[in-house]
Amino acid sequence: MVQNLANSKLKERREKILRRYPPKRDSLLYILHDLQDLNPQNYLTSEDVKAVSEYLGISVGEVESVISFYSMFSRKPRGRYVIRFCSSPTCHLLEGPRVLEELKKLLGIEVGQTTGDGLFTLEMTSCLGACGVAPAMMINDEIYGNLTPFKVKEIIESYRKKGK
Amino acid sequence: MRLYRSHVLVGMDTFTLLAGARKVKEHLIRQIEKRGLSDEIKVLETGSLGITNRGVVLLIYPEGCYYVNVKPEDVPEIVEEHLLKGRTVQRLLFKGELERKAVALPESPLDVRRQSRVVLQNCGVIDPENIDEYIGRGGYEALERALFQMKPQEVIEQVKRSGLVGRGGAGFPTGLKWEISAKVASEEKYIICNADEGEPGTFKDRVIMEGDPHRVIEGMLLAGYAVGANKGFIYIRGEYALSIQRMEKAIKQAYEYNLLGSNILETNFSFDLEMRKGAGAYVCGEETALIESLEGKRGEPRNKPPYPGTCGLWGKPTVVNNVETLANIPSIIVKGADWFRSLGTKETPGTKLYTILGHVVNQGVIEVETGITLRKIIFDYGGGMKNGREFKAALVGGAAGCFLGKDMLDVKMDYTTLKSYKAVLGSGAVLVMDTSTCIVDMLRCILDFFKRESCGKCVPCRMGTDRLYRLIVDISSGKGTKDHPKLMLELAQMMNKASFCPLGQSVLLPLSSAFKYFEDEVMEHILDKRCPAGVCKMGEK
Repeated sequence: MVQNLANSKLKERREKILRRYPPKRDSLLYILHDLQDLNPQNYLTSEDVKAVSEYLGISVGEVESVISFYSMFSRKPRGRYVIRFCSSPTCHLLEGPRVLEELKKLLGIEVGQTTGDGLFTLEMTSCLGACGVAPAMMINDEIYGNLTPFKVKEIIESYRKKGK
Repeated sequence: MRLYRSHVLVGMDTFTLLAGARKVKEHLIRQIEKRGLSDEIKVLETGSLGITNRGVVLLIYPEGCYYVNVKPEDVPEIVEEHLLKGRTVQRLLFKGELERKAVALPESPLDVRRQSRVVLQNCGVIDPENIDEYIGRGGYEALERALFQMKPQEVIEQVKRSGLVGRGGAGFPTGLKWEISAKVASEEKYIICNADEGEPGTFKDRVIMEGDPHRVIEGMLLAGYAVGANKGFIYIRGEYALSIQRMEKAIKQAYEYNLLGSNILETNFSFDLEMRKGAGAYVCGEETALIESLEGKRGEPRNKPPYPGTCGLWGKPTVVNNVETLANIPSIIVKGADWFRSLGTKETPGTKLYTILGHVVNQGVIEVETGITLRKIIFDYGGGMKNGREFKAALVGGAAGCFLGKDMLDVKMDYTTLKSYKAVLGSGAVLVMDTSTCIVDMLRCILDFFKRESCGKCVPCRMGTDRLYRLIVDISSGKGTKDHPKLMLELAQMMNKASFCPLGQSVLLPLSSAFKYFEDEVMEHILDKRCPAGVCKMGEK
């Protein structure tokens, strides 16, 4: 019963997002961005894919192929906070790998995994354009720069507090 | 208009916001109010002041003095000492001649002589979220002149005569690009601003969009008028949150002033502008891949020809220009082609934005006339090598760029000169490395990047980037053989000829230049199983 209620509410919110954009193919990326942001687990569900394909009149396969192309989209559940660690040459040169090791130790996961409590997912990303403060990473929409093993610890702890 | 005795500019960019610029600004306003100075002193928000890595940055006029690493708790002292008593707060002052030269600072006598700020002339000077300030500094004057005094063909002629070439990396003449699209008869044409800045080590376009968004809009309007297009898109990478916010605000303001929309300035010219967000794919910086992505598809590059100029977005003539290129246009229209030609070198006139990064004292963006040498970039503007270490190499142009060794320090960094050395300027990123750097390790990082970002459409790039990565891992883990470098070069050469788009084609650049300048170091990894810089962990994979 509770599940049904939650489902119908989700469906309603999904419909609202769809109607925000004209039913044209070039709305696809925008709709996917918004649907993913709606999901606390930061991913696109099979229901999302189906709804988009019906709304835009394109096949499910087409939608899937677009999702799989872009690194910002995911079809698997992710943590509430998606950490995207920059792997560009600048960050690499300025001690990025050392900070990444510390980050993995702190979270107890490897790149591509999600922590057991569902809070964090660790991903690698290409240049974030924050080279002036390398090494850098992004957590959801926030950029963090001049990272050191110590600073990373502080940042993660602040998110842990927030996530509780 | 009220006259203020002092202006305090607070630099707001991604970096300073992180350091708490907003809080500092609030404290400033509160403290100034508290002391009853609100009538005399104005606090303004502006874009990047050109100083990165120094926390919150303030610029106070009329003195023109810069404060760095400003914390909220420093604010009472600044207000009390500087603004009330007229004494500078020495401990926060940004000083030192070398450092002053190192960043693109506006309006200091030294820098006017040393730099020509065209694209960045308003960055750090005006409030980017206020269209009146852009207009106050001569903004939209070029549009007015074009609409009322020039025919579209004259605009194209002027841009052609200026010798401006695309600043995104490929260096194609901008005027020619416009002319191609202008000549095609079509009801619909499009202007796309390529703001999908993804080349590793590059963030110049972000600085422009955060600091002077209206300049980009004006550039697009002029392009639209010249080629006869009525619709424009700004394709921006999804990660640039602040740029997206500022550009959207600027577009809204331009509509309110009838500088966008129908019958602009009561002429027959109409132009609509929309923002589009990318979703994380390096290859979308390639213009045809970008167009595919705009159409809501996978960002895979198209076959060329036909080029976008004749058959682009939805099959219509489309001009795709980089942010920096477009930001040059208003000045060219107002000041003329001859003025532009008087800057920089004869072959590629004008200015160029460079990002200086890595093992240098001052990291940041500079705008200087083309034709500057690598030595000047590093030692004059970058403040020299960090920690007094020796220069080893610079990676110029990002991951799809070239390693340049010591003997290239005095070569001019412009499109034509570098081409004659089989190198590229690309996006203008200069990543400086000292002797603690291992070239094999850097190559491994670069090849890993290409492997991840290859879109997979064509076989040479999809398979080639993967193979190259495995081969470099062999070398960096002590499992390389004598044949490895030769094999890698052959493979990269094949990819250069057979790949579908510049992504696969350009892997050859970093690879061949690294092998050329640092052959001994690579061979030491292979023959002696030793990493001279002590970076690669031999025996591990």
